Amino acid sequence: MSDYAALIPVNVVTGFLGSGKTTILQRLLAAPDLRDTAVLVNEFGEVGLDHHLLEGATESTLLLENGCVCCAIRGDLQEALRDLYSRRERGEIPPFRRVVIETSGLADPVPIAYTVLSEPVIQHHFRLGSVITAVDAVNGTRQLERHGESVKQAAVADRLVLTKTDLAEPEVSLALEAALRRLNASAPIRRAAEQELSAEELLVEDIFDPAGKQAEVERWLEAGAQAAQQDQAHGHDPGIQSFSLIYDRPLDWSAFGIWMTMLLNCHGEQVLRIKGLLNVAGVATPVLINGVQHVVHPPVHLARWPDGDRRSRIVFIVDSLARERLEASLKAFNGLANPAAETHSRAGA
Amino acid sequence: MCSLCGVLGGQAHWTESTRHAEAFAERVELHTRRRERQEQTRLANAVLKHYGLTLSDWSGASFVLKSATGRSQIVQNLGEVWIAAEALCGRACDPLADDLLQRLERA
Repeated sequence: MSDYAALIPVNVVTGFLGSGKTTILQRLLAAPDLRDTAVLVNEFGEVGLDHHLLEGATESTLLLENGCVCCAIRGDLQEALRDLYSRRERGEIPPFRRVVIETSGLADPVPIAYTVLSEPVIQHHFRLGSVITAVDAVNGTRQLERHGESVKQAAVADRLVLTKTDLAEPEVSLALEAALRRLNASAPIRRAAEQELSAEELLVEDIFDPAGKQAEVERWLEAGAQAAQQDQAHGHDPGIQSFSLIYDRPLDWSAFGIWMTMLLNCHGEQVLRIKGLLNVAGVATPVLINGVQHVVHPPVHLARWPDGDRRSRIVFIVDSLARERLEASLKAFNGLANPAAETHSRAGA
Repeated sequence: MCSLCGVLGGQAHWTESTRHAEAFAERVELHTRRRERQEQTRLANAVLKHYGLTLSDWSGASFVLKSATGRSQIVQNLGEVWIAAEALCGRACDPLADDLLQRLERA
């Protein structure tokens, strides 16, 4: 895992058309620590990005034979990242330490994640960092109602940035925030017009960043608690929703792997995000798991439990999958490994 | 890596704890790759029985999935097991299906 953590992180900045992605990126790239960042953009927008390592990419997608749509390798990105790395190695460009991809407004971020994690050459040099999604406070609610792309972009985000709150009625912004929390309880929401945007928090801190790992896990736990509250307040809405499963007994890693691979094979397109802090049977410290649709990151070690609670906590963001079904299914699979132990699970923190 | 298309990888599949030693560094007892594969095979077979399929380890590097009629397929990791299983048994392998869960609870 130390090797994995040493790979060059690739952040994805996405958001619907006109959501202010470039403006956010401009602000983040001004941070001195991000000077050594290469930027890939899908299209050059109206807002100029003054950055010395700026590259363009046009969108094209290569579908894998027998692969599903979300597991498509983005041909443009594949080429751009390989080229960037090769020029870095030849000394033609400065030795960047991070890549930020700004997607087009209609892009699906999942094939980008898949490309970084699975492309045979890229996966040896790069790893996926946080996905940051910009949502326009004025038009966001309407976009979420009408455009599936916008919902998907928000659902897979690690960080949500609400833009143009200074132009929207306060109640409109609050309603949008509530809708985003229902959609994706696992991503903290920041307001670009009213708050400082911390490059550290938005781009750098993730579970593979040794310095930021603990803070990220605390965000996950907070998100899990929020998901549980929402569950109680709103019941089970159809469509995309977040919820948290909590298991009192340790999970058997092999049984969990069998369950998860089977679930993702059959329902992967409906499982938009999984983030979990697991108490694995026979392992003294927590194991972190993180997945975007069919794409699962390698498991991560956490040096200590973040609090006195040793239960496994898994946040799911799913489309039209019932929490009770997932809960009962994982319980049955875990029971195969240790039938004597009564695996008790329940939602809530 | 992708649970569905893991075949591209060549890197360790995320389910292989012994190949992600750092994440599982603080094991309270010895856990070898061989033992993990035995356990994966045993548990997967408890599920695959529902579909009339069996899985066996092949030289510690791959798995062989077989149907009752003798058709077989080599798979590299757990992610590929389910793609091959659906192809061999001709139906969806759904971990949320009632009939499967009832069977697992009786096991």
